[in-house]
Amino acid sequence: MPLIELHSLSKVYDDTAFPVHAVKKINLQIEKGEFTAIVGPSGSGKTTLLNLIGGLDKPTEGSVSIEGVDISTLKSSELTNFRLHHIGFVFQAYNLIPVFTARENVEFIMLLQNVSKAEREKRAIELLEAVGLGDRINSRPSQLSGGQQQRVAVARALASRPNFVLADEPTANLDSSAAESLLDMMAQLNKDYEMTFVFSTHDPRVIQRARRVVILQDGAVISDA
Amino acid sequence: MYLLLSWRNLWRNKKRTLIAAASVFFAVILAIIMRSMQNGSYTYMIRSSVKFYTGYLQVQGKGYWENRSLNKSIIIPEKQQKEILKIPHISSVVPRLEAFSLVSSNKVTKVAKIVGIDPVAENNMTDLDKRLIKGKYLTNTSSGVLIAQGLADMLKIGVGDSVVIYGQGYHGVIAAARLPVAGIVKFPISKMNNGMLFLTLPNAQNIFSAYGRITSLAIMLDNIKNQTGVLETLRSELNNKYTLMTWQQMMPDLVQGIELDNASGLIMLIILYIVIAFGVFGTIMMMTTERTKEFGILISVGMKKAKLIWVTTLETAFLAFLGAISGALFSLPIVIYFHYHPIPITGNAAPAFELLGVKPIFYFSTDPTLFIHQALVVLLIALATALYPLFFIKNLQPVQAMRG
Repeated sequence: MPLIELHSLSKVYDDTAFPVHAVKKINLQIEKGEFTAIVGPSGSGKTTLLNLIGGLDKPTEGSVSIEGVDISTLKSSELTNFRLHHIGFVFQAYNLIPVFTARENVEFIMLLQNVSKAEREKRAIELLEAVGLGDRINSRPSQLSGGQQQRVAVARALASRPNFVLADEPTANLDSSAAESLLDMMAQLNKDYEMTFVFSTHDPRVIQRARRVVILQDGAVISDA
Repeated sequence: MYLLLSWRNLWRNKKRTLIAAASVFFAVILAIIMRSMQNGSYTYMIRSSVKFYTGYLQVQGKGYWENRSLNKSIIIPEKQQKEILKIPHISSVVPRLEAFSLVSSNKVTKVAKIVGIDPVAENNMTDLDKRLIKGKYLTNTSSGVLIAQGLADMLKIGVGDSVVIYGQGYHGVIAAARLPVAGIVKFPISKMNNGMLFLTLPNAQNIFSAYGRITSLAIMLDNIKNQTGVLETLRSELNNKYTLMTWQQMMPDLVQGIELDNASGLIMLIILYIVIAFGVFGTIMMMTTERTKEFGILISVGMKKAKLIWVTTLETAFLAFLGAISGALFSLPIVIYFHYHPIPITGNAAPAFELLGVKPIFYFSTDPTLFIHQALVVLLIALATALYPLFFIKNLQPVQAMRG
């Protein structure tokens, strides 16, 4: 059974006045352990597709199944719970909680899962060490560089032990070396833990690293290789 | 960790938080001082008024209050009076026999209220001896009378002269006596000053043929707060044999005056509360809307809306607590100072107070419930503003929120 399965997935915005077909009848299967990039120019529907996969948005038509569960039929509260336990998110602008330290940011997701304090602390430190920030665990986001913040975001995404990580343009705000370093780290996590990563990007550095590249244009898949 | 998150969120914008907390702080101080002065003055005024004559409670014969007839007088033996005095929170019981009668000297005759008293008990409650301006205060064995200064002037008599009492006693018996004036007392209220005469209770009972009878038993309490409890105890102990009157029933004008003044005070408080509510609401609204994207992210990563609402409510609670608790603590020494150093009332208002036999001062209450109530009200108002983030988050769509 594929980890992620999209079946005839469509999303239309403002369908009464001027309908915008952001995603058009996409059929896609992503297996466990894949390192997939969803590529396309601005407005091609990458973020919308990621939002649909992540259960942040409801499809107009079609379905999204994660490990056989059709998430498009789940209620809002069920979806929140599903996201918490099955999906890790990495955002373009890092979006860490500014008043928390790196360790607290990572711990917070586990708190939402009701993980014990001792376990939270242990795992947060392990994850931060794994992303190369063992010496910055008590730094707040404002004390970290963009690259370091994005590493904390990756650690946070992995903290909930998700089935896969969705990363929306994770290198867009990073300089070359920080982007390369982040990609190295993610590739390592993919290799070591068989963690599935799905990126949306138009960054050639990410595309180059991806083992599978899905190209979108005007909301439709034009290439999948 | 939620507490930590809320607390740190509160201090993201220190200036704004401090300004909002300060508005609660000053409002609480103002509200406490205002209510302390009002409640303290009411308590003082009530205590002064009841101590002046009526007591907090009176035991009377059924129907006495309506027609003030000696025929409605009652017998409460001394032993029973002592039993009543043993009831917790009763500080004194004062038996009286009151009757209206003609009072004459030479060719002048006036109507006066003749009051038979237990000189010691009466003095303990009303400080009657402090009103003495000439002569001597009564003892239990005195055969003389204390006459109010205005009445004495009208009768053109002084200490050592005689006064004749002529009226109707118990069950229509003629009451007549010639008694020496032992002392002259002065009352600030002209109605009392022009028409009162005191003698010992046994003397009055003899003259009015009301042997062993009294028309009222005035009761003083240690604190007005205990009135309801004492009233209930008295009701059960006296088996509904007598009428129990409260000071509110005996002095309706005082009750109305207090209610009117209290209403104006409450209107001021409500205005103050509205100002606080808008001040805190403005801050909470800004704190909420500026974090729309952040809320969207937190919901996206799996934070339930209920938990997010809990975090924002805690922020409001912290803000309100900070202002309310510090305001209550800061107002405490101010109120205590004015409790021991009441503000004197000057100008035209002072004589009006003196006329009622009340010292012209603004007395401050240190009743702990006052602090708790005001802090709680302000806290609740602030918490009510937490409804804004509640509805805001409830209706938040993560995708739209993340777009900002």
